[in-house]
Amino acid sequence: MTVVKDDSGQEAADDKGDMPGGGDTYVPSQRRLDRERHKRARARRATAIAAVSTLVTAVVLYVVVVSAPGWERTKETFFDGHYAREAFPKVLEGLWLNIRLLLICGVLVLVLGMLIAIARTLRGPVFFPLRVLAAAYTDFFRGLPLIINLMIVVFGVPALRLQGVTVDPVWLGGAALTLTYSAYVAEVFRAGIESIHPSQRAAARSLGLTNRQALRHVVLPQAVRRQVPPLLNDLVSLQKDTGLVSIGGAIDAVRASDIIAQRALNYTPYIVAGLVFVALTIPMTRFTDWVTARMDRQRAQGGTT
Amino acid sequence: MSTDNTSPVLRMESVRKTFGTSVVLRDVDLEVPPHTVTALIGASGSGKSTLLRCANLLEDIDDGAIWLDGEEITDPRVDPDAIRRRIGVVFQAYNLFPHMTVLENITLAPRRVHGASRAEAEAHARELLERLGLGDKAGAYPDRLSGGQQQRVAIVRALAVRPRLLLFDEITAALDPELVGEVLAVVRDLKDEGMTMVLATHEMGFARDVADQVCFLDGGVVLERGTAQQIFGDPQQERTQRFLRRIVEAGRL
Repeated sequence: MTVVKDDSGQEAADDKGDMPGGGDTYVPSQRRLDRERHKRARARRATAIAAVSTLVTAVVLYVVVVSAPGWERTKETFFDGHYAREAFPKVLEGLWLNIRLLLICGVLVLVLGMLIAIARTLRGPVFFPLRVLAAAYTDFFRGLPLIINLMIVVFGVPALRLQGVTVDPVWLGGAALTLTYSAYVAEVFRAGIESIHPSQRAAARSLGLTNRQALRHVVLPQAVRRQVPPLLNDLVSLQKDTGLVSIGGAIDAVRASDIIAQRALNYTPYIVAGLVFVALTIPMTRFTDWVTARMDRQRAQGGTT
Repeated sequence: MSTDNTSPVLRMESVRKTFGTSVVLRDVDLEVPPHTVTALIGASGSGKSTLLRCANLLEDIDDGAIWLDGEEITDPRVDPDAIRRRIGVVFQAYNLFPHMTVLENITLAPRRVHGASRAEAEAHARELLERLGLGDKAGAYPDRLSGGQQQRVAIVRALAVRPRLLLFDEITAALDPELVGEVLAVVRDLKDEGMTMVLATHEMGFARDVADQVCFLDGGVVLERGTAQQIFGDPQQERTQRFLRRIVEAGRL
């Protein structure tokens, strides 16, 4: 028999919690140093390749665009500094409407979507009509093009001349957005609920939780966490679609740019509005990525693969 | 199968692995000769699983080196996928793919990685399933099988690529005693066929029976190493003695 560490029985336990290279006598070997040098060199090479390939792509794109036969004319109609400066403050003013719409519709959509999803997953014969209604709702509003939905609500509801019902295109447009997006989000939630393994529900029920409690405390928390990325995806999409309320005459960022563009016969304001939306969406997309990556890290076992 | 009957299949030299500030493996040396079974024993958290994960390059080691058939696999220049193709791993939690049938689970790697034809891969898979008493389960989905059956399927999946070395990470820890037997019987058969294996295990009786070499890990260090008779019959280190005494008291040896 080989006694591998003759006198280290106690010692091994003593410095168990030590910092690497701290209290214990560990000195990195030549092998480790070589290996790390190689890895550093490889990282440098990868960075260099990425830089070169980015540069080449940028140059090619630039040359292709600038050497296009219509470039001079395009530059005037789409990238005019004067109109850009004129449009920017107006577009920002309009954007505030988009942001308010996003916040209010976003909350309503999440609540309504969740309720519809729960209605669709309810068991028991009593709930049959509710299940059918919820299914019909999602089928209808997911199929109906948003633009048509908007026109029906924004122009149709005022035409009814109902007492006490608003004719404000912003409220009506928001209502139409909520109707359509609730249907999408309900399906996202439902997919999440159904992706939770039945054993989770069984474990909850076996602890004496009612069906409702099992849903509330065990299934929904897991389902929602799992569906965060697609939900944020839908919210980003909603953010852009708030621009469609302008068809009813509300002055949002798109409409504000449209007014100037129509008058000046120059498309630059659209470019400004587009860029503003992109600028608004990027932080949200990054946030989505960050949330997803963090969840993956929390779940994954350690390791490099 | 091996070209050289004396040189070790797996060799580790002063392997060190840390997670943040905790040193999980410290100066670990190990030699696994061909056609032998090495059992890693020790308390939970002693580094057994990490050692296996390092051998399969699922973890990057901090220092030291690991060789497979004389080739240094911890060299950053080697392709880890090529190394993993030669090593089979069976996990404690089976890790079968729930969306594939048993047959698809087994033939995935032979077909996609090793380029075997469907007919060839399936024939080999069925033959292995037959041998492990699972001939009628080829079309079943993993969730329909018992734990013992799932673990035997996982072993077949690892075997299907004809690995040079098999790593077993506490493969019976999630099984009830009745099912432990059927899985261990499979491992015993593999030993008789000359498969080289390293297993982290809490089944001391089994380790004593099948292992050619037993390593006792404690706090990330291979504290004691020897034949099964030496470790279980006449342990030298006080910590080994204490560990084995607790096992005996718990009625597990």
